[in-house]
Amino acid sequence: MSYQPIHQPPPMDFRSKSMRLNTLRRSVMNHLITALSILATLLVIAPLVAILAYLIYKGASSLNLAFFTHIPAPVGEPGGGMANSIVGSGIILGLSSLMGVPIGIAAGVYLAEFGRGTLLANAVRFTADVLNGVPSIVMGIAIYSLVVMQQKHFSALAGGVALAIMMVPTITRTTEEMLATVPHAIREAALGLGVPKWRTAISVSLRTASPGIITGCMLAFARVAGETAPLLFTAFGNQFWSFKLNEPIAALPLQIFVYAISPYDEWHRLAWAGALVLIVLIMVSVTLVRIVANRGVLKGAS
Amino acid sequence: MGVGIQVENLNAWYGSTHTLQDINLHIPANHATALIGPSGCGKSTFVRCLNRMHETNPIARATGVIKMGDLDIYKDASPVEIRRRVGMVFQRPNPFPTMSIYDNVASGLKLNGFRNRRILDETVERSLKQAALWEEVKDDLKKKSGASLSGGQQQRMCIARALAVDPEVLLMDEPASALDPVSTSKIEDLIFQLKSQYTIVIVTHNMQQAARVAENTGFFLNGKMVEFDSTHKIFTNPSDKRTEDYITGRFG
Amino acid sequence: MQTSNLAPAVFVADPHAVQIRTVEPSPVRAFLNARGSGKLADGSFAAVMMLCACSIFAIVLFIFSILILRSKLSLVAFGWKFFTRQAWDPVSGDFGALPFIYGTLATSFLALLIAVPLALGVAVFLTELCPKPLRGPISFLTELLAAIPSVVYGLWAVFVLVPLMRDVLGPFLYKTLGWTGFFEGTNFGVGMLTAGIILAIMILPIISSLTRDIMTAVPNSQREGVLALGATRWEMIRIGVLRNSRIGIVGAIMLGLGRALGETMAVTMVIGNHPEINKSLFAPGYTLASVIANEFSEATGDLYLSALIEIGLALFLVTIVVNAIARLMVWAVTRGAPARVA
Repeated sequence: MSYQPIHQPPPMDFRSKSMRLNTLRRSVMNHLITALSILATLLVIAPLVAILAYLIYKGASSLNLAFFTHIPAPVGEPGGGMANSIVGSGIILGLSSLMGVPIGIAAGVYLAEFGRGTLLANAVRFTADVLNGVPSIVMGIAIYSLVVMQQKHFSALAGGVALAIMMVPTITRTTEEMLATVPHAIREAALGLGVPKWRTAISVSLRTASPGIITGCMLAFARVAGETAPLLFTAFGNQFWSFKLNEPIAALPLQIFVYAISPYDEWHRLAWAGALVLIVLIMVSVTLVRIVANRGVLKGAS
Repeated sequence: MGVGIQVENLNAWYGSTHTLQDINLHIPANHATALIGPSGCGKSTFVRCLNRMHETNPIARATGVIKMGDLDIYKDASPVEIRRRVGMVFQRPNPFPTMSIYDNVASGLKLNGFRNRRILDETVERSLKQAALWEEVKDDLKKKSGASLSGGQQQRMCIARALAVDPEVLLMDEPASALDPVSTSKIEDLIFQLKSQYTIVIVTHNMQQAARVAENTGFFLNGKMVEFDSTHKIFTNPSDKRTEDYITGRFG
Repeated sequence: MQTSNLAPAVFVADPHAVQIRTVEPSPVRAFLNARGSGKLADGSFAAVMMLCACSIFAIVLFIFSILILRSKLSLVAFGWKFFTRQAWDPVSGDFGALPFIYGTLATSFLALLIAVPLALGVAVFLTELCPKPLRGPISFLTELLAAIPSVVYGLWAVFVLVPLMRDVLGPFLYKTLGWTGFFEGTNFGVGMLTAGIILAIMILPIISSLTRDIMTAVPNSQREGVLALGATRWEMIRIGVLRNSRIGIVGAIMLGLGRALGETMAVTMVIGNHPEINKSLFAPGYTLASVIANEFSEATGDLYLSALIEIGLALFLVTIVVNAIARLMVWAVTRGAPARVA
């Protein structure tokens, strides 16, 4: 069984000049790319740190009690605050959550519990993802055309509807993802006990996935809380107190925008303070809900 | 108290796979009946047809007549009503992770809208005692999550959960296959205790287990029921060659 | 005994076939037996859920139809030429969208030009090179960037980036790259370059976090296979990771593009808002989104309003198409794995 190769290739010589050069080139390239990717990371983190640091510095030095208790002062007068904008934002966001959260969760439940694998579900999922990318300003003019043109005036309600539409796709997708993590065996356990499907979906699937769904809702909430563009022609803004749903209402991001592009230093100061409050509100609400949602789960639950 | 089950010409499909072919059998009341056979032979599908869990899969389908007592389960009632009469214990323990032990056991009642607290308390205690878990968990019934128990305890809790609805039939789909030997023997003891009160159908790939707990045994192969007889007869003097080959370990 | 076509027979093993129930059913059993089938509740619940799911179609259809309806006037008056005309004269009612299209495309591509290499670098660093303990904080930081509202970016840009551009970066670019013709004219600090930079900062987290997800989805066996052939780490990343995930990465970049095309507030605050096509990136410009933001609420006359809504319609259609393509690309790679763009 002696086997004679017809052609014996020469053994590789790693010490030859060309081989050494090749190895050198490859290792230089390797280090270069490593360095570049580290540099890129630093370059990305730098503006973030810069923005946050500057925001905290400017915002904190401009904040005072009046900011939270007063409405905007007329041009030229010092002082004033954004109390009405904070309340207004709260009203608009409350409205939008009231509309957007149930619809979003229900759509997610359909995708995960009823429509799994069907054409309709895939189409809904795709549309939700695409709708997620539609610019917020487009939502603004669409709602303007629907609500404001009908009512003939700007209103808090219109702002709420615009933000609700923006919340729906995000909530739908997170709900679906979170429900998909609930093991099928648990649903079977409930169905096997003779629990109707609707009850299983609510009391077993949704309840098991609730921490994730709540977090998802909060993220959607945080995203629309800072939205300005869809409010420009719906809620419109208001320099005074307003609690009526069918009247123009102030909102924190709108007020920041108006003050930022104004020529007055006093208003710039308030814009910074407003931006800090907005960011803190967003971050605090997100973290708070996360903590509360985690605490609600029984010990030892997986 | 249990009821007998009469199965006539049962056929079942998953998509285009014909998983059960012309099954005819009578399962007697208040006895344990074991179903054995190699994996993929259709025994799990069979028990899932008995409480209409089979049809929760959108591609699955079944024809034939199954009578539970006088009730034709495919004609006279909805799946939900059938499943309320039939308890089921699954291969792997599947407690509700967000619920306490108490809520897990009471879930079949609570989720179906039963509100009487006194009866709930009684039922939970009775079921946990029947499942031989009461002594181990009675101190933190409402404090601990069902998922915090050990695997064997979880499975006994799942049995208690199935018993809490006071079913007429108890289906067990390889209830001990995911458990250690000690837990397995506890579950077997349990089946032995329970079979005087419930009609029990237990699927197992463990022949010794079938021999230990069941009066009657059915042997499934490739979607057909090859033989059904008293356990003693099946294991000592089977009438079909294939049954003999299986129980003597020639295949499977 | 080998009769395979055995006729089905009824097996009766127990003689006490008929069991007569003698005991009264327990209260629990009585309750459960009396419970209805719940078919009605089940059916209506499923219907409501489906209705809510379909409302997402309804939203998209509604936006589309109302935008067409309200822009009819301008659609009829200008036709397709609307998108190739440069005029923007509200007084005489002459409208064309070309300057805004130019501004939008120029700022978006500028943003991609800056953001893509950086985002890829970050993703490569995070998935392949980063020491474990640093991974969490850095990805948290980059995702924090995504949580900052657009208007806050704008605010920061107006007061920090614009002076920086005017006094430092602008003159530097003029000196070094002025000969290209892209950095000419008076530099006010506001303009397309500033808008492009702020857009780049805003779309970075989207692209980098998606790319990271896609690269994580590449199975480790691919990496090990390439490493086993004696590749360096970079070659492993290039051959084993990037090549396997390139469709998904392109999808992620397109999602970033979709965001950049529609971004409104920050751009409006720094682009200068002047409807003019100019090669120099220092020059002020205007984008589709920012012209709507600026002029919509004070638009007088139906044709003016209708022209603005038509711009919105164009923006809607373009972003829908870009997003659809991008989603399909990302899905092709991650196979429906969660997309984490918030």
